[in-house]
Amino acid sequence: MNALEFMRRGELVRIDKFAPDTMLLEYLRLTEKSRGTKEGCNEGDCGACTVVLGTPYNGGVRYQAVNACILLLGQIHGKELITVDDLAHGGILHPVQQAMVDAHASQCGFCTPGFVMSLFSLAHEGRKVSRQDVVEQIAGNLCRCTGYRPIIDAGLAACGAVDDHWHKTQAETFVTLENIKGDLFAGDTNSFFAAPSTSETLADLCATYSEATIVSGCTDVGLWITKQMRAQPKIIYTGAAKDFAHIVDHGSHLSIGAGATYEDAFEALEKISPDLGGLLKRIGARQVRASGTIGGNIANGSPIGDMPPALIALGATLHLRSGKTERKLKLEDFFIAYGKQDRKPGELVWQIDVPKPKPNQMFHCAKITKRRDDDISAVMGAFLFTFDNEKIIAARIAYGGMAGTPKRASKTEAVLIGKTLQEAMHIVLDDFEPLSDMRASAEYRSTVANALLHKALMQAAGETDLQVLI
Amino acid sequence: MTLETVGKAIMHDSAELHVQGNAVYIDDMREPDGTVHVAPGYAKHGARGKITKLDLSAVRNSARVIAVLTASDIPAKNDCSPNAGDDPIFAEDEIQFHGQVIFAVVAETRDLARRAALLANIVIEEEKPAVTVQDALKETKPDLLAPYAFTKGDVAKLLKSSPQKISGSFDIGGQEHFYLEGQIAFAIPGEQGAMLVYSSTQHPTEIQHSVAAMLGVDDAKITAECRRMGGGFGGKESQATQWACLAALAAHKTGRPAKCRLDRDDDMMMTGKRHDFHVDYAAAFDKTARITAVDVNLMARCGYSADLSNAICDRAMFHADNTYFYPAYNIATRRLKTNTVSNTAFRGFGGPQGILFAEQMMQAIAIQTGMDALEVRKRNLYARGRDVTPYGQKLRDNITADVIAQLEKTSSYAKRRKEIAAFNKTSKILKKGLALTPVKFGISFTFTQMNQAGALVHVYADGSVHLNHGGTEMGQGLYVKVAQVVAEVFGIALEHVAITATTTGKVPNTSPTAASSGTDLNGMAAANAAKIIKDRMAAHAAKIWKVAKSKIIFANGKVKSGRKSMSFADLAKATKEAKISLSSTGFYFTPEIHWNRATGQGMPFYYFAYGAACSEVLIDTMTGEMKVTRVDILHDVGHSLNPAIDIGQIEGGFVQGLGWLTTEELVYDAKGVLRTHAPSTYKIPCASDLPEDFRLALYKSKGNVMDTIYRSKAVGEPPLMLPISVWCAVMDAVSSIKPGVVPKLNAPATPENILRAVQLL
Repeated sequence: MNALEFMRRGELVRIDKFAPDTMLLEYLRLTEKSRGTKEGCNEGDCGACTVVLGTPYNGGVRYQAVNACILLLGQIHGKELITVDDLAHGGILHPVQQAMVDAHASQCGFCTPGFVMSLFSLAHEGRKVSRQDVVEQIAGNLCRCTGYRPIIDAGLAACGAVDDHWHKTQAETFVTLENIKGDLFAGDTNSFFAAPSTSETLADLCATYSEATIVSGCTDVGLWITKQMRAQPKIIYTGAAKDFAHIVDHGSHLSIGAGATYEDAFEALEKISPDLGGLLKRIGARQVRASGTIGGNIANGSPIGDMPPALIALGATLHLRSGKTERKLKLEDFFIAYGKQDRKPGELVWQIDVPKPKPNQMFHCAKITKRRDDDISAVMGAFLFTFDNEKIIAARIAYGGMAGTPKRASKTEAVLIGKTLQEAMHIVLDDFEPLSDMRASAEYRSTVANALLHKALMQAAGETDLQVLI
Repeated sequence: MTLETVGKAIMHDSAELHVQGNAVYIDDMREPDGTVHVAPGYAKHGARGKITKLDLSAVRNSARVIAVLTASDIPAKNDCSPNAGDDPIFAEDEIQFHGQVIFAVVAETRDLARRAALLANIVIEEEKPAVTVQDALKETKPDLLAPYAFTKGDVAKLLKSSPQKISGSFDIGGQEHFYLEGQIAFAIPGEQGAMLVYSSTQHPTEIQHSVAAMLGVDDAKITAECRRMGGGFGGKESQATQWACLAALAAHKTGRPAKCRLDRDDDMMMTGKRHDFHVDYAAAFDKTARITAVDVNLMARCGYSADLSNAICDRAMFHADNTYFYPAYNIATRRLKTNTVSNTAFRGFGGPQGILFAEQMMQAIAIQTGMDALEVRKRNLYARGRDVTPYGQKLRDNITADVIAQLEKTSSYAKRRKEIAAFNKTSKILKKGLALTPVKFGISFTFTQMNQAGALVHVYADGSVHLNHGGTEMGQGLYVKVAQVVAEVFGIALEHVAITATTTGKVPNTSPTAASSGTDLNGMAAANAAKIIKDRMAAHAAKIWKVAKSKIIFANGKVKSGRKSMSFADLAKATKEAKISLSSTGFYFTPEIHWNRATGQGMPFYYFAYGAACSEVLIDTMTGEMKVTRVDILHDVGHSLNPAIDIGQIEGGFVQGLGWLTTEELVYDAKGVLRTHAPSTYKIPCASDLPEDFRLALYKSKGNVMDTIYRSKAVGEPPLMLPISVWCAVMDAVSSIKPGVVPKLNAPATPENILRAVQLL
């Protein structure tokens, strides 16, 4: 297939010529001239550009909110695109819009379209929602005027069982979307947007075009385009390959396809540890978690990504794939230095195997940020202690934000062996020389990294009331 | 008098447009054919120094670039300052802060303009920049603006002789506005040198004037218009001008419509913020914790130019007393020059920093003496015989004691104080804190002549009304409130009052929409315009019915006298047919106020707005993390014109102030580069920062004692200071670890700052 296809306002749209690095927001505002969707920050942090994508899901359609400013136009291939301009019908507001009006939930109104779309997505989850659900849903939408209370009220009033046009037509939409099949390759060999439909073709294409930019959620690459203005003429998008996003429970461990989004992996990872569930809920916000992938968070090698330290502490193994060749390595060994990973051109981060903690193991993780939600960690710590009766016989400790890569605290791990929890409380973490930046000073990072270790030990010892934040 | 429209919780006039994405902001307007786009350019390296190389050839040669503009392209005046003449539109010989605009690219698309702007080759002979207040204090040059102080009594002697005294020193951080709609302007050239400039601005008159001065044409040639802003908060009072000038200059040069919209990162780097302050103080008090003398020095980081810093620092001084009486004082300010972007107006306009000082001092006295902080506050309140402010204004409307008493009761302050003490006794790592703090905020521009407004009202022959006034809509609900006022005057339904965009073409010589004054001033001006027309209509009805004019009543869309009645529309038609004008301007200026800056005495404020908040927090003493667990607010809006709008202002102001005092931290590096120039690194509150237990009530007011519009009170800025209670509650929580020792807490209370305060105990 050489044209992009998606559903818009009940019609199938086909686009065969577009610059591969066209962002969806740019397409909406400048090409389609639908200007209800706003640009607030152009980096996926304010949610003013929130739109909803419908994806075929269990015979129906799953409606997820995403940030249009850092989503490539090509990423909506095979999806239904819904924007704020579409919601009212025949002069009647959508229930979500009406609830926002009734609650006096807009002041300047610039963020409002984004909130409406986030709540539209929540309304389509078809479940009774709590205040916490609404707060989580809109954590990626910034409002500078209202203070959020009326927006939360509107969410509580409007979300639940929604029976709107989209709900009623989702069986038809499912069929239309399911009919968009096959590998997409739009453009020519010098400039293209490719979205292979299977992991095999994906691996082959990446090997063929090893110079291409591999994009999963685009929550990171998006900023190369919108902020650094770096041209991306050749893009291979992983998200159309359904078998690249598998999550398989093998009993002793999980296998997560690199293309699985945070949202996809949430349920399985939360079962491993409630801490991990709590952590996932504080990575980005729902728009980012619907797009961003576990594999992408590893592949980009960020020293402040939140998943790598947690996965390293759990003892995860990484599978890499180059064409037909697959290799495995310990996740921590993938990160060589700042900006340098053990990945050859054209090689794909393929799969992550995550062992589940055993009965004699305890896992904890925590992140420290200026703001509770949708903030990048100053420090993120993850801890896996293995016990033999009272004594720690093994420890895996990994931190983010403390070095140029996500990194294990090997010295501290060694010192902990043979200690009881009581004895361990006296140990001072001494593995890192962190830097000062806009998120925290080096001193604070060191102090808090140590505090997180001690808290994990206290938590392992059964102490409670240790956390201000979830 | 029963009111029909005023006082009702009516939705924002654009609410239904907002939720559909149909409210048109400037970037949503369909561009006329041939529109060009402007992107500003700056030196990647350097914050201070001579421009030794400015090679823009690569910029010029970039794809579809139409023009590259620099200072030499400006026909007349290279300035966009509010009055001091020290804000060049383009830096010419030297730059004074990182991100200062040196050139602008005009291209066929915005994307191409931004790409081209990155290609400039600029070299700055870098000098060491003064970045912080401390750096500025070390500079040998005079301060940016002259120091100023209010003084009374022999403060030094009182401090020396008092057995009870306290001293303190702390930092107050600045704040980025983070209006969701970034800065934008769109200029459309007209005939014979005329120009229409759409600008997202709180001050259309200044846009008009600056563009005219830049082009060297009469103000009358330029029209500035703003239907709505996607947020302003002070950030578009003086600093929307530069972008309007860039758009207008591009339109002038190319003869084509030109739009300039800043990218968020550029916006955050290139526009000013709330002033950060360093505060040094000492105070003396008696055995009952009553203050006898205060000596405070408020030192502000103003940035590279004057902008509005003088008035802002003055307002910090006007609020350094908050609700407390100081018998003797030296309230001093320094207005310091730094090589950072010029700090500017931000909701509260210096007032919040002044009040934060007063409340930190109250909290510190309480901690040092072991008294309850609320008790210390109560003992120092203005009261009869202790009711003259440091600037000589006698309080006529002081309700602080009542506001505090009511809130103390409804928030169960005393009971919770005991519970918290018990909790802190047993909890090792987590500690709770509680604080109840009042707010008194002076209403009026302290530059007295700015307290004026104009309006233009037309009644059409079908009885519908066209409303225009000098105030701008930034989300605060000004338009709907003023429309309610006009509907009330005419006794007609709100739906028949058409709200129209603010434009210098209809109402001239306006003041900015700022200082919380929008409704007070424009509401009165519009009411005056409507009353003039109403009077003419009443006279005509009186003539038709042969009754006294005073017997004519306008209500429910009808005009009545005894049993005689006709519709408002019929009377409008009849009045027009009788050749009587149904159009009028209206004008208003605030009476009574006066201010003599040389003597430091006067009545700068027409009245005060009051409120109080009680906040509870939970802190983690190992990490410094903090959570607000409950907030109770009681706030005075006089007789509310629209409770839904007013509550929105209070809640929104609270959360914005909460951000300023907790999560929002501006970080500049040693080279003067702002490191927090995007929402990924600069964290304004999000939904989870609002405590679930949030209780807000409006004070049951007998109405403003002054003759304001329907006895209402201004509400824009005062609530921003309510979350000072949160910051003081953090101090309370930290001090529970070591009673008697005043925590060295800076603002914002980020986890790092809280942990530092814990460690320094």
